[in-house]
Amino acid sequence: MKQNTPIERLYNGVLKENPTFVLMLGMCPTLAVTTSAINGVGMGLSTCAVLMMSNLIISLLRKFIPDRVRMPAYIVVVASFVTIVEMLMQAYVRPIYTALGLYIPLIVVNCIILGRAESYASKNKPLASFFDGLGMGLGFTLALTVIGAVRELLGAGEIFGLKIMPDAFEPIAIMVMAPGAFFVLAVLTALQNKFKAPSATNKNDKFCSGGCAGCLQKDCGFRERSDEE
Amino acid sequence: MSFLSTLFLGIISAALVNNVVLSRFLGLCPFLGVSKKTSTALGMGAAVIAVITVSSAITYVIDHLILRDNLVYLRTIVFILIIAALVQSVEIILKKKMPSLYKALGVYLPLITTNCAVLGVAIDAAQKNYTFSETMIYSVGTAVGFMIAIVLMAGVRERIENNDIPDSFKGMPIVLVTAGLMAIAFFGFKGTIS
Repeated sequence: MKQNTPIERLYNGVLKENPTFVLMLGMCPTLAVTTSAINGVGMGLSTCAVLMMSNLIISLLRKFIPDRVRMPAYIVVVASFVTIVEMLMQAYVRPIYTALGLYIPLIVVNCIILGRAESYASKNKPLASFFDGLGMGLGFTLALTVIGAVRELLGAGEIFGLKIMPDAFEPIAIMVMAPGAFFVLAVLTALQNKFKAPSATNKNDKFCSGGCAGCLQKDCGFRERSDEE
Repeated sequence: MSFLSTLFLGIISAALVNNVVLSRFLGLCPFLGVSKKTSTALGMGAAVIAVITVSSAITYVIDHLILRDNLVYLRTIVFILIIAALVQSVEIILKKKMPSLYKALGVYLPLITTNCAVLGVAIDAAQKNYTFSETMIYSVGTAVGFMIAIVLMAGVRERIENNDIPDSFKGMPIVLVTAGLMAIAFFGFKGTIS
């Protein structure tokens, strides 16, 4: 497939380099808000909107932002879009806004966004960057929805509020509480290892491992430290 | 309630009952990423305590002097910039004045900017309209909770290292299972404060 075309970017974001399952980025919202499928969709789509717009703007500004101050500049761009999204959600989708609460402003520190800004948008043309953001955002939404659906199904016997399980099914309440998030993700990553699907957990040399911290150390995305020494 | 008991209950509640990592999922990235060895986990925990304490004091002051009345929507942008600037300046000061401490913490400092616990605590305290002393109790308690969780995790991980784990659970999956079990254990604190 040709590089950097919109279709290739979408495929890359949703499947080939899915931010949650393959790159293991942005773990905090992934685990925190996936108590139900609808919360997963809400969080995924708001992150997706921020990611698309910030990628687009950062790519447009990539020739004007001086190299040394690019991190603060990216943070300001991202934080502005997060604020816009937060205000829009507060006005139009009140229930999801209340359910996600604190995690909406925390989209700012989601490493997917800064990671894509640094590793893709700052080097590529606006259109490709926009679709990179869209692809990554949809991949993130898909992952959150799947995790949310599994937890909702096991913890409440429903998906998107629709009753799926028979009445005899006793909901496993712990799956919608904090420990359930860890267990669902553990099983998902274990399955990936089992079937040798590409993932940060079994391809340590290629991708960053262990979320943002590993990412910063491994230099995939954040380079500023080394060139200051 | 006397001041001392408020202080004690506040810290216990923020550190153990509502543990920042295990029940609120903030600061998960360093929790999973920097918990391979107890010594590095201790360093990371100490750095987080220092940064959270100072940053919530500064964000509280700025929030009440400038933002509170009609600029509330600028909170996210201003707070993240304060935290980024703070981390950067702490790093520069330490490098100049206390090279030994800088050597011990240096690697972890830059990682803290993207630690959502720091921003999360600042925003949460501002949204809940805490007073200054409440903000400080809440943030110190949260930071101590982070340290407890990451050090315990590192201790468990050092033990797991040499055990016989099913192949597909090696690496991240077993760490996540451990975190889940720890989260269940921390449920035990739920009843301690009503």
